[in-house]
Amino acid sequence: MEANQTSVVNIAPPREVHKELIRLRVNGETREVYVPVHKTLLEVLREDLNLTGTKHGCELGECGTCTVLVDGEPVLSCLALPIELQDREILTVEGLAERGIPHPLQTAFAELGAAQCGYCTPGILMAAKSLLEENATPTRDEIKEALSGNLCRCTGYVKILEAVELASQRMARNEAAPTP
Amino acid sequence: MKDQQDEYSVIGRPLIKVDAMAKVTGEAKYADDLVLPRMLHAKMLRSPHPHARILSIETAGAEALPGVHVVLTGRALPIRFGILPVSQDEECLAIDRVRYVGDPVAAVAAVDEETAEAACRLIRVEYEVLPAIMNVDEALTREDVRIHDYGPRGNIHKEVSLEFGDVEEGFAEADSIREDVFYYEGSTHLPMEQHAALGAYGPDGKLTLWSSTQTPHYVHRALAKVLELPASHIRVIAAPHGGGFGGKSDVFNHEIVVCKLSMLAGRPVKICLTREEVFYAHRGRHPVRMWLRTGVTRDGRITAMHFRSYLDGGAYGSYGVASLYYTGALQTVTYQVPRYKFEGVRVFTNKPPCGPKRGHGTPQPRCALEVHLDKIAEQLGLDPAEMRRRHLVPPNSVTVNQLRIGTVGLGECLDRVVERSGWKAKHGTLPFGHGIGIAGSAYISGAGLPIYWNAMPHSGVMIKIDRGGGVAIFCGSTDIGQGSDSVLAYVAAEELGIEPEDIRVVTADTDLTPVDLGSYSSRVTLMTGNATIEAARKLRAQLFEVAAEKLGVPFDRLRAARRRIFDREDPGRGIPFVEAAVLAEARFGTLGATGSYTPPKGLGTYKGAGVGPTPTYSYSAAVVELHVDPDTGFITVDKVWLAHDIGKAINPLLVIGQIEGSVYMALGEALMEEQVFRKGVHKLPSMLEYKSPTFLETPEMESILVETLDPAGPYGAKEVGQGVLLPVVPAVLNAIYDAVGVRIDEVPASPDKIVRALEAKRLGRIAGNGRLPSVVFPQPTVVEPVRS
Repeated sequence: MEANQTSVVNIAPPREVHKELIRLRVNGETREVYVPVHKTLLEVLREDLNLTGTKHGCELGECGTCTVLVDGEPVLSCLALPIELQDREILTVEGLAERGIPHPLQTAFAELGAAQCGYCTPGILMAAKSLLEENATPTRDEIKEALSGNLCRCTGYVKILEAVELASQRMARNEAAPTP
Repeated sequence: MKDQQDEYSVIGRPLIKVDAMAKVTGEAKYADDLVLPRMLHAKMLRSPHPHARILSIETAGAEALPGVHVVLTGRALPIRFGILPVSQDEECLAIDRVRYVGDPVAAVAAVDEETAEAACRLIRVEYEVLPAIMNVDEALTREDVRIHDYGPRGNIHKEVSLEFGDVEEGFAEADSIREDVFYYEGSTHLPMEQHAALGAYGPDGKLTLWSSTQTPHYVHRALAKVLELPASHIRVIAAPHGGGFGGKSDVFNHEIVVCKLSMLAGRPVKICLTREEVFYAHRGRHPVRMWLRTGVTRDGRITAMHFRSYLDGGAYGSYGVASLYYTGALQTVTYQVPRYKFEGVRVFTNKPPCGPKRGHGTPQPRCALEVHLDKIAEQLGLDPAEMRRRHLVPPNSVTVNQLRIGTVGLGECLDRVVERSGWKAKHGTLPFGHGIGIAGSAYISGAGLPIYWNAMPHSGVMIKIDRGGGVAIFCGSTDIGQGSDSVLAYVAAEELGIEPEDIRVVTADTDLTPVDLGSYSSRVTLMTGNATIEAARKLRAQLFEVAAEKLGVPFDRLRAARRRIFDREDPGRGIPFVEAAVLAEARFGTLGATGSYTPPKGLGTYKGAGVGPTPTYSYSAAVVELHVDPDTGFITVDKVWLAHDIGKAINPLLVIGQIEGSVYMALGEALMEEQVFRKGVHKLPSMLEYKSPTFLETPEMESILVETLDPAGPYGAKEVGQGVLLPVVPAVLNAIYDAVGVRIDEVPASPDKIVRALEAKRLGRIAGNGRLPSVVFPQPTVVEPVRS
């Protein structure tokens, strides 16, 4: 746009949306939602199921913050559509603790200061859980590789790596974490 | 400091943070996680032009869309605001003129985000596009375009010229004089959390705002001003915070807009910026060009220094006046500088406004100075670590620009990184492509002055003890992940002799908590820590008085630790904390106390003397070892050693967390991060395109804590949130030179620049851009040095 020209900005709004009744398995429970089909898993978890533990950093699949597990595999919930995930097992950070007992990853993250602002933490916990299920005793390079799709701006990543290692050691020894 | 001979029971231990479990379970409710009944969603329509006059705004189409409750334009919010009293230049929604791509012009509150967005698209805005100013040179030369109608002239927001001592006399004494030009690119905070705000105006005329802010107190003041409501009817709550780094310490237009929308709709209104909007909200690192001239003797002693900075400020004032002064303030607090001259200018450009990012205005000049010193050391044939070591500022002295120095751990920091990294065996001896670099730095532990002039404390704390032994602490401080809530609990627990988990911390709520100015300038631990000590000691005195009577032990022989109050000389003789609390409440009535903290007055009285003073400076030194691929210019950082004068580590785990996070953020700035624009449009407004280090690029780090027990800090503590970023960036540049023999006097030192510099060297040319903007600085204010 050249200087001193006049410009008018006016774009038409989108049209009506199509809704569907969708059945989801989330943290071991069956939940039904009636939502527009284009609504992402991230939005449905946060807005329709009130599971706000899953955070968002870009909503474009770039930062890893919204990572959840689908059948044990890490998935960016901002790019996933619930209509494609009916009857799959979805796990969010709220489902990580069992009967109020934190997962060893959660305890290790808390103990070692791996959560500073804590905003990227749920996504990283989910990605780390998936890693430890496939590879119980990963090397540091394997952890870095597995988590490299998750950004964190606070920690410089070091405490996160240490926490995943600590959790892995405790889980491998089947050792209970101390109560924080 | 009376208790220092005692062993601490809480201070110095690597304890868990008070909010750690809430954060690892997903329970912490950040601003965008909040939902209120009947809540509406807001969106803002933003300018597509970097600079334009608004001719008309037609909102009828948007208002007619089903689901739309309010459409707002700038005429409804005519009062300007800004974080600094001297730069009240922002409008909530632009009224007549937009000044950057992304400047908001209208806002909509609707039943959901999609409807609000659709309504924004129905708003017709007619603009007359104006010529845009895109860089410092244009700002200084284009007389025909003026972005703001204030400032000394043209597009200059602020200019500074200060001379401390006779600089020419100092240059005459020098054995050699060196001049260099540096450029430090702008970068942004990139917090993982997108800014969000929820405003709720009730039928009782009371307004509540929840926001991802670092400075609820300043937001509170701005809301009262712009909305013309009594401050006593406004409550601002900083929600748990998903990353700040300075990026959420301004007052933002969207925070005020959701409040106004709520007032008009009679319903709560929430907004969450998109990631792209966060890039445009910015307030990040200023791009700064710098010129530096230093006279030195043969042994590297500085005889005089002259420094110039040129800041590209973006479209609004923000913290810019302070940012500009900071580029010139702290050169003198590391190595002795007996005569010093600073000239600087900040200009307006039609880009998102710059502001404070971790280190606020000091990483750029520190980078320039530490690379400049590296060159001087080489010229003089001195070891760069040793040269720095020889000329440190003495503790408890006063600098030429009248800054009061407390304890100085810089020498020990340099020694420790030299020793741990094997510096002496490596520097200048590693094979081509492999290098090592060093740098030192200093930072403030809290600004000496508040942002608006007042004589009240900078930090206030209230503590309440209930008859069950529960302790609640109330403070306006804002935990942005650094652990400031935990620091309150650690300090109160130490003083009262209980455990941090016995304490309920209530913070960052202007209705419930006494004012703390906010999480900026690395002020929080020092100021809230001191205020907490004061409040807790008043209560401890009451507890000791009843305990002394009950135990028949003299008051000053008592000690409180591990939930007991006992005789130091006979620790078996004591009573539980809870019992003392019950006795004290019976004696004195409800148990509560306040404490507050105000930093000591600065020495300087010249204009600009308000920026730089602090209760105490922290010091850091870094060594970086890296590999450069001479064919591609790619850099692999192998390891960073960082030693930090923390004064006293209240919780070493959290201190190291701040160091590691700062090293990481510094490497991002040094190697890849760029907030850059093409015709006013951000070139990289996404987390994929804006390169920041991932797990894979972040190297091994070794953190070394140096404790100098500064009398100004709680238990001797200094800051750690920001200062540790500073030495890493120049250490990277110095290591690149050590690796491949080319100087990259520019940040980020991206691969293209390295390849270009190596190519230029092969051809015998000099790479880089040594040109400076042309500006005539005003006659300097001459300030005579004071005797220390």
